[in-house]
Amino acid sequence: MDNWLFIGIFILVAGVFPAMPIIMFHLFGPKRSNPQKLETYECGMETVGETWVQFKVQYYIYALVFLIFDVEIVFLYPWAVAFDSLPLLGVVAGVLFIFLLADGLVYAWRKGALEWS
Amino acid sequence: MDPLAALGEWFLNLLAMINLPPAVGQILLYLIGVIVIATVALVITIFNTWLERKIAARLQDRVGPNRVGPWGLLQPIADALKMLTKEDTTPAGADKIAFNIAPILAVVSVLLIWAVVPFTSQWYGTRLNVAVLYIAAVGSFGVLAVLMAGWSSNNKYALLGAFRAVSQLISYEVPLLLSLLIPVLMARSMDISTIVEKQGTLLEMFVVAAPLAFLLFFISSVAEVGRTPFDLLEAESEIVAGYHIEYSGFKFGMFQAGEFMHTFTISALTAILFLGGWQGPLVEQFPILGLVYFMGKSFAVYFVTMWMRSTLPRIRIDHMQSLNWKVLVPVALVLLMLTPLVDFFTKDLGNLFSLFVGSPAELTLSVRAGALLLTNLAIMLGAIEVIRRSVKRATKARVPFPRRDEARPPIEEAA
Repeated sequence: MDNWLFIGIFILVAGVFPAMPIIMFHLFGPKRSNPQKLETYECGMETVGETWVQFKVQYYIYALVFLIFDVEIVFLYPWAVAFDSLPLLGVVAGVLFIFLLADGLVYAWRKGALEWS
Repeated sequence: MDPLAALGEWFLNLLAMINLPPAVGQILLYLIGVIVIATVALVITIFNTWLERKIAARLQDRVGPNRVGPWGLLQPIADALKMLTKEDTTPAGADKIAFNIAPILAVVSVLLIWAVVPFTSQWYGTRLNVAVLYIAAVGSFGVLAVLMAGWSSNNKYALLGAFRAVSQLISYEVPLLLSLLIPVLMARSMDISTIVEKQGTLLEMFVVAAPLAFLLFFISSVAEVGRTPFDLLEAESEIVAGYHIEYSGFKFGMFQAGEFMHTFTISALTAILFLGGWQGPLVEQFPILGLVYFMGKSFAVYFVTMWMRSTLPRIRIDHMQSLNWKVLVPVALVLLMLTPLVDFFTKDLGNLFSLFVGSPAELTLSVRAGALLLTNLAIMLGAIEVIRRSVKRATKARVPFPRRDEARPPIEEAA
């Protein structure tokens, strides 16, 4: 329990550390604002249309593939700690699990989900 | 006795003398420890901004900062003062809350990792039994900071940077977590201090038995930081500065500090997980030497990242994705399938050999390390061969570019 108390204090302090210079900067920095200054920066051009528009779907597909992997890898960590004391069947079962994971990657690959264009 | 532990005890006694409840004393002690660790991490970061500029300059045959203070050592302080004199601007139409939280989050996500980093055998923030999982969890919300910054800025370049960040950082998270499993497998523990303790001798270092896992971890964590050659998310020549384009002064500085700290943190983690952290000769007698070894190894890895930064050009976005999903992830999966099997079988094999020769423990270790090393090398060579073949096939399929001595097809005149 003490460990997590330490982590909790660390989270608070880690939030305060970067916040301090930013607050100082906000208080002491010069303030000579005008509407031109706050316009969207686009190398001198005026921005056209909305910023938050539709984007390439490929980014989304990568995110989906990632999600499957990320969730399943977390399951592997407890197994990685304990596989030594398991019978052979336990080790093989873990390897089979990774194999099924790899199978998912092959499926995504054959479906063309990993192609950029 | 350890000097820091003695200091802590003295402090607790002091608090007990003024009749504070022990729980409050403990919390105060933790608070001081946390502040010390966070300060150490920040001071190393400040020093590293100077070191990086100096070494990058040397690699490009320049002198680097040399005006402010001896050898330009006070340059980071001058930089910080300059950032303080800039105006704090928030672009019109920005999402104010996300815009202001993002730079703080960028530093927090990296700083939190230092809570479990062991500096020596006795000096660490805290000893979690799930430290590796904690690092994976905490490290991954740096992505959130980048996404929040890019999305809330109301700028197209920033948004593009954020998209690239999402596709790159979360993609490389997969081989990173997979290769992080290898030291856990080999040490049979998620406790980072135990992982270091298991790497007592040169032969027991995980980089010897698992060089491929070391490479996978190093490459994917460099990509995770978003440094050259993987700096697509802030490519200056394409999307100007990417996700932090609209930030000014210290808010921009926090992103920079976060990136520098992250680079050193992944160097330190590489040193801990694969190079034995604070382990080294004579460390049993003088635990303080561990700090020297740990810092030496971390800075050696850090130097390699700086070297890469000054040498390699930026990778193309489709190549970046292909490298991850078609090379690193499959290789990591194969490695992860074979490592436990080899490990499991060599355990018995070592016992078998020890019937004939003495000292079973040592023999088991070297048999195990040898078998794992062979597995790693076999996978590495296999992967290189597969890549070579597929590249050959791809180049054969492509229409060849006419060579200089061949007759070029006539260029049609415009009618």
